[in-house]
Amino acid sequence: MPDRLLGSTEAQIGASRPRARSRALLAGRGRYLDDINLPRQVHAAFLRSPVPAAVIDRLEVSAAARSPGVVAVLTWADLAPVCQAWRTLSAAFPGLAAPEQTPLANGRVTSVGEPIALVLAASRALAEDAVAAIELDWRERPAVGVATAALAADAPLVHPELGSNLAWRFAAETGDVAAAFASAATVVEERFVFSRHTGVTLEPRGILAAFEPSEGRLEVWASHQMPHQLQLHLGELLELAMSQVRVTASDVGGGFGVKMHVYPDEVAVCAAARLLGRPVKFVADRLESLMSDIHAREHVIEARLAVDAEGRLLAIDAKGVQGIGSHSVFPRSSTVETLMAMRTLGAPYGLAAARAQADVVFQNKAMTGQYRSVGHPIACAVTERLVDMAARARGEDPLAMRRRNYLEPGDGRCRTALGLEVFDLSHVACLDRLEALMGLPALRQSVAARRQAGEVLGLGFAAFVEMTATGSEVYGMAGVPVAAADTIQLAVEPDGSLKASASLSELGQGTDEGLVQVLADAVGVAPERIGLEMGRTASGPHGGGAWASRGAAIGGEAAWHAGRKLRGQILAAAAALLQTPAAALDLVAGCIVDAQRHERITLAALARTVHFAGHEFPQGTLPQLQVAHHYRREADIAIPTNGIQAALVQLCPETGLVRCLQHWVVHDCGRIINPLLAGEQVRGGVVQGIGAALFEHCRYDAQANFLDGSLADYLVPMAMEMPDIAVGHVETLYRGSTLGAKGAGEAGTCAASAAVLNAVNDALAAVGGGRLAEIPLTPPLVLAALNDRSNAG
Amino acid sequence: MSDLGLETTATLACTVNGEPVRAIVPVRQSLVDWLRHGLGLTGSHVGCEHGVCGACTILVDGRTVRGCLMLAMQVDGLAVETIEGATASGRVVALQAAFRERAALQCGFCTPGMVLTAAELLASEPRPSRARIREAISGNYCRCTGYQAIVDAVAAAGGND
Amino acid sequence: MKPAPFHYLAPATVEAAVALLAEHGDEAAVLAGGQSLMPMLALRLTAPAILVDINRIGALERQSIDAAGYSFGALVRHADAWAAVRADDPAHLLARALPHVAHQAIRHRGTICGSLALADPAAELPACAVCLDAEIELAGPAGRRRLTADAFFEGLYTTARRPDELVVGVHVPRLGPDTRFGFDEVARRHGDYAILGLAARALVVDGCIKDCRLVYFGAGARPVVATAAQAALKGAALDDGHAHGRAAAAVMGELAIDPDLRYGATYKRQLATALLKRIIGQWKAPQ
Repeated sequence: MPDRLLGSTEAQIGASRPRARSRALLAGRGRYLDDINLPRQVHAAFLRSPVPAAVIDRLEVSAAARSPGVVAVLTWADLAPVCQAWRTLSAAFPGLAAPEQTPLANGRVTSVGEPIALVLAASRALAEDAVAAIELDWRERPAVGVATAALAADAPLVHPELGSNLAWRFAAETGDVAAAFASAATVVEERFVFSRHTGVTLEPRGILAAFEPSEGRLEVWASHQMPHQLQLHLGELLELAMSQVRVTASDVGGGFGVKMHVYPDEVAVCAAARLLGRPVKFVADRLESLMSDIHAREHVIEARLAVDAEGRLLAIDAKGVQGIGSHSVFPRSSTVETLMAMRTLGAPYGLAAARAQADVVFQNKAMTGQYRSVGHPIACAVTERLVDMAARARGEDPLAMRRRNYLEPGDGRCRTALGLEVFDLSHVACLDRLEALMGLPALRQSVAARRQAGEVLGLGFAAFVEMTATGSEVYGMAGVPVAAADTIQLAVEPDGSLKASASLSELGQGTDEGLVQVLADAVGVAPERIGLEMGRTASGPHGGGAWASRGAAIGGEAAWHAGRKLRGQILAAAAALLQTPAAALDLVAGCIVDAQRHERITLAALARTVHFAGHEFPQGTLPQLQVAHHYRREADIAIPTNGIQAALVQLCPETGLVRCLQHWVVHDCGRIINPLLAGEQVRGGVVQGIGAALFEHCRYDAQANFLDGSLADYLVPMAMEMPDIAVGHVETLYRGSTLGAKGAGEAGTCAASAAVLNAVNDALAAVGGGRLAEIPLTPPLVLAALNDRSNAG
Repeated sequence: MSDLGLETTATLACTVNGEPVRAIVPVRQSLVDWLRHGLGLTGSHVGCEHGVCGACTILVDGRTVRGCLMLAMQVDGLAVETIEGATASGRVVALQAAFRERAALQCGFCTPGMVLTAAELLASEPRPSRARIREAISGNYCRCTGYQAIVDAVAAAGGND
Repeated sequence: MKPAPFHYLAPATVEAAVALLAEHGDEAAVLAGGQSLMPMLALRLTAPAILVDINRIGALERQSIDAAGYSFGALVRHADAWAAVRADDPAHLLARALPHVAHQAIRHRGTICGSLALADPAAELPACAVCLDAEIELAGPAGRRRLTADAFFEGLYTTARRPDELVVGVHVPRLGPDTRFGFDEVARRHGDYAILGLAARALVVDGCIKDCRLVYFGAGARPVVATAAQAALKGAALDDGHAHGRAAAAVMGELAIDPDLRYGATYKRQLATALLKRIIGQWKAPQ
């Protein structure tokens, strides 16, 4: 009955499969960083700067060193013999100011939370006791807090040796911007304020490092998005060959961009492990996380939009300032955010002219970095708000305005006014789908009726383009060692199951399940027969990890080609054993079958023969049941995705509280490998965007003192305040790859805050209130706008 | 390296997941730290250590508490249950299946606390409304899912699809 | 984020606990529910040398509901008090207020008396206690005494409790059948400390407010009684819009709201009048 083996294979690509790993996580059997312990390990705690800017006059650790349970108290002077300092350099940002950075402060501090000294003790509690015993004398220096004041002539300098607080300046211009504005029938302008927020992974950053002096080998476990990148930089900074550095990321409790950098405290831990020759564990507590994880998105942007008499967008003109904190984060640079915020301005639309300028400035605050949907939400909010303002000024439907102005290259490709190459887009189809998903005419009637009844409701839209799956050109041409290619290794075990290893990382997003689905279809085996390992540099191939929504578009492609290669190897081996032409054989559900789909030999039997009875093969055949495939996209710097979001909000006229009633997203991420998991990526991303719009804010005072010392102060979105989110998809395949998949992980975040901002302004306009262009939309801001009658009419 | 010789300690006796336990603990150690590092029950997670995130949710004498807001010493004589015990007993199996099928977890760090919180809700209100589910889990922070899938899963496990 | 070292003592009787407090004074901290103290210890915002855990004192677990009112011993948890009050009178101020205290897992552990003893000006229960004319019972070396809530709350996290005294219970008098309660607060997220809140009651006879009590929280260093607004409402009909307007104006005038870092005094004053309006609406609704 060979047919029983053959009948039921369904394609795995496109199937909604729950993640296999979720069983363990649900049972509390995950293995996160702090779940791992090593014999003789010591625990790290840092003395961190209590002030934004100071010169350290005296750092006396002898009393702390005598504190109970303390093994060592280390300063930069102790680490320097085994650890390099670094500068964030990138040819992609000409003129980028690159102050030196050290894992522990070198004589001065430039932000609250900067690590100064490292205590290693028998427990974290004992280490914290000793931190309190470190004697620190400092002279406080004037600090830079407000980004827009950082370039003033009398502004204090974050790094006096640089002579300026300017880290980098972006400028781009196409077309005749002045002429466009001169000829415009309508010009709208706004000043936008985006406040700092941060990723708040529920599992904080953490690292466990052990050095084996006899072998000169550093072994590291880290809660990290890209263990391979960490391996490379630890090797460089500690002067070890990469082959002597092993990094493992097991279960990672969220990343979102927080865990993709080289943090000073984490380097200090590795250097300390090397010095001590015993394992050192550091798990950031929540206070440390809030003050030292990368922050993101502190921008002030003045922007204007020109529209002609027919309602066609002519030009956008934006000038911004981004505050990046004390240093440009290593190794990718904090300036990437401004780059993307400027480059993606106006991206959904055809514009004849555009100008974007931005100053990126140092401040005495925590470093900023690449948080989910890097830069895009800034550009999206600016663009979509201006489009809504223009539609309102013209007295027309904001969706009609968008529909008229979408840039859709059809089967071709083109550049946006600010230089993004776009192709395979589906703006109109997404808008059509959104209108259907929302039941828009009926919804608008309902909103009108409820407004009549006194509710303050607003409906807001935001179209977007999200650039995903970044290729090697971006960092490669910048001279920054970042892997944009990924590799899958694949081998057949003696029982016919598959052993796979990927250079990508799993943080909960489900890349693991998606890769297994692709491999299953590519090879012809059940997904349950594939064991995939990720996050281990010792056994896995070097590659990118998790960034820029690359799992499906790059990892999936690597998996497909690796799988097809292995399938070819298997069929060649079977052909040799069965004395049959390979072309007459197929591999279906783990069985080698003939043209009539009759089973000839199971993969298990073939594998057993290869591994244990190779002599049965004809002389001169040596089957290779293992392959690796390194996938790098040769065309296209990034793959654009597109979509549109909508938000329905209710404003409380008494308190200014904004309630999100419902949210809709239609996204086109090309081929969807797992609709269940892709939908949840969108939903999770949306809630991070709503958090930015309404709640999240890393607050500093004007002197750059940090004000959010706990999760009671830093407001993350909780279940009660979040809406249900309807998600729809349009599948326009990327034509430059086999699977046609694009990135899916960041689109939710890209436009959610813009949609909420537009919805709140729609509600304000409906009651004759003022305009808002600042996020988070705090209740006092909203209430003041509700009561503002200056823009009435 | 043991810290016990350097700490003020005390002896406690309690049951954890039905098993009697006697231990010497530092008196300043939180309950969740002791469960994780003293007993190796790493299913309870530490997300904030100040009672806000809910990742350390466990049960003491049958009621959910924050494991970071009790000292280990305070469960002397009491009964503690963690996700490991709830899993072994099978009492949360329907919720776990619903979470899995609905992809109501991503990184999984909040998940044990979320499951125990949801189980307590369903024990007292077998068919809660979606709004009630959102209220009940509103002390448990999830950064990955956006919560909707969790609400769906709890509703499904309660037979309220 | 681990507490500084302390000695841990778990006395079995009130007398033993009081003796420890008498011996150690300000060096000692009382651990009841711990839902506020534990974070403060973890953040090392406080570092007592001695932690006196009163959770072994069985006598403090008592709660009683009778004709005189409600009495809650120092170990009665929010969740249990809520269940008891709700069964007795679902419209009672405490039945309305307690669900706003944090989240269920916190309410399982946190105590009514602990919330009072901490005297967080943004918390619900101190304002409720003042509104209800509750009495706080203290045990000290010289014996026991009772203080009205109004006398008990002195300022920011400070009360009339002496260092050698233990809050052993709170007594909430039963109010007449014509009493109507009102409670609301404004918070960014469910379960958060309120930006501003209002605990209120009114004696309503024949649709007329004979007397009322309005106590704001989040408005100052301690629960703030809006006496001018109370006066404006006294004697007014429940649906007398002019009286409501006078009361709102009085609130705007009398509340010297401390601006905090996030919400300015102007905004809070706007909330104060909005809350007053809602509370009057609650009074009007059948209870």
